[in-house]
Amino acid sequence: MSKKINMPLTKDKVKDLKAGDNVLITGTIYTARDAAHKRLVELAEAGKKLPFNIEDQVIYYAGPAPSKEGQPIGSVGPTTSYRMDPYAPILLEKGLRGMIGKGKRDEKVIETIKKVGAVYFAAIGGAAALMAKCVKSAEVIAYEDLGAEAIRKLYVEDLPVIVVIDKDGNNYYEVGQSEYLKTLR
Amino acid sequence: MREIHVSKIVETTKKLCIDANYYLTDDMRERLEEAKEKENFSTAKNILNIIIENADIAKDEQRPMCQDTGMAVVFIEMGQDVHVVGGSLEEAIHEGVRQGYTQGYLRKSVVNDPIERINTQDNTPAVIYYNIVEGNDFSITVAPKGFGSENMSQLKMLKPADGIEGVKEFVLKAVKEAGPNPCPPIVVGIGIGGTFDKAAFLAKKALLRSTNERNKNSFYEGLEKELLGEINELGIGPQGFGGKTTALSVNIETYATHIAGLPVAVNINCHATRHVKAHI
Repeated sequence: MSKKINMPLTKDKVKDLKAGDNVLITGTIYTARDAAHKRLVELAEAGKKLPFNIEDQVIYYAGPAPSKEGQPIGSVGPTTSYRMDPYAPILLEKGLRGMIGKGKRDEKVIETIKKVGAVYFAAIGGAAALMAKCVKSAEVIAYEDLGAEAIRKLYVEDLPVIVVIDKDGNNYYEVGQSEYLKTLR
Repeated sequence: MREIHVSKIVETTKKLCIDANYYLTDDMRERLEEAKEKENFSTAKNILNIIIENADIAKDEQRPMCQDTGMAVVFIEMGQDVHVVGGSLEEAIHEGVRQGYTQGYLRKSVVNDPIERINTQDNTPAVIYYNIVEGNDFSITVAPKGFGSENMSQLKMLKPADGIEGVKEFVLKAVKEAGPNPCPPIVVGIGIGGTFDKAAFLAKKALLRSTNERNKNSFYEGLEKELLGEINELGIGPQGFGGKTTALSVNIETYATHIAGLPVAVNINCHATRHVKAHI
């Protein structure tokens, strides 16, 4: 069954998460994707303050569709994570505790996840209408000029995600597929 | 000479952009339902359930199935006896895309230039292909293409000596390397033959075909089925977490080629494979 997590995601909470766990996240998370990451990392490398405190926070790799009147947000599913690989280690070193996306990560990201004790979650790619229903409020807090790529502060309730890479570096893309292949024998 | 006013083209293109993003096609739903029945690996079954539920929510609430509402790829098939009046055909298509993406609350995902990268704010320009045929029919197909799957596509100029085995090996390699990234279960569009550009075009065109239809040539029909079987034995599964459903369909299109070449293009599409066609 699913584990429930309330934000912020402390190092202690990360200890209970294992690759393959179904998790429901409640609380404040932030969206950021390609262009926003480029800016965040430029600030971090220049030793400047980021637009939000990323300590024990989770970044959702997502750029939502526009919202209709009365909706907090449009459809919002994960984007493919590997494009954020060049930036993720720097943010993890600054205290970022979790990332939500989809797809594989590179070795450097996995090593940094293990080093700092973080976690990589996958949301179900393409299930964006369903996930929008978990978002109770959304507000652009930085880089409004980037449109869909702006950084948004979201309040989510029971956002369904799966632990792909846990703090020990176990990778559910490998474990899941080999578990399935074992059922064939 | 049959006349078609550009306003009709704007209106139709707009509606197709919205419909393609809100409504999963019937054949894709059938493939997903079939796959769900066949899966006995619980993670895979759950994910397929969620994908189907998501399509229902999108339809009921009139919102896009996926936030990546794509770059609009538009195929025009125009009879040579048709005369477009009232303005530019090309501008009418872009205007239809502009209105569809703005009024349909679809995401604007297009940047002006691959290096400068400034968002055009209205999802234009579209990628447009024209095909002039006999007669006086006029049809528009809109196929919004998300880039999670587009980025996982590959093209290779094989040697004629590589033959059919080389083609199969390359397709399987592309799907394997893509792994969880293109949101499996996927639809695999394959273009074989022609030139470098023609193979890529054929692969894209293959994705427009309903998954209920197989290649009319029995050899390629067999190859479609064989490749689908082999892809689903890779075990990647829905979202890459394991299972027998990695692909829902393999669609192949071919063309004559040069004595020295065997171009193969693999265009991958996600479980929200979108394309709608209308005749004017």
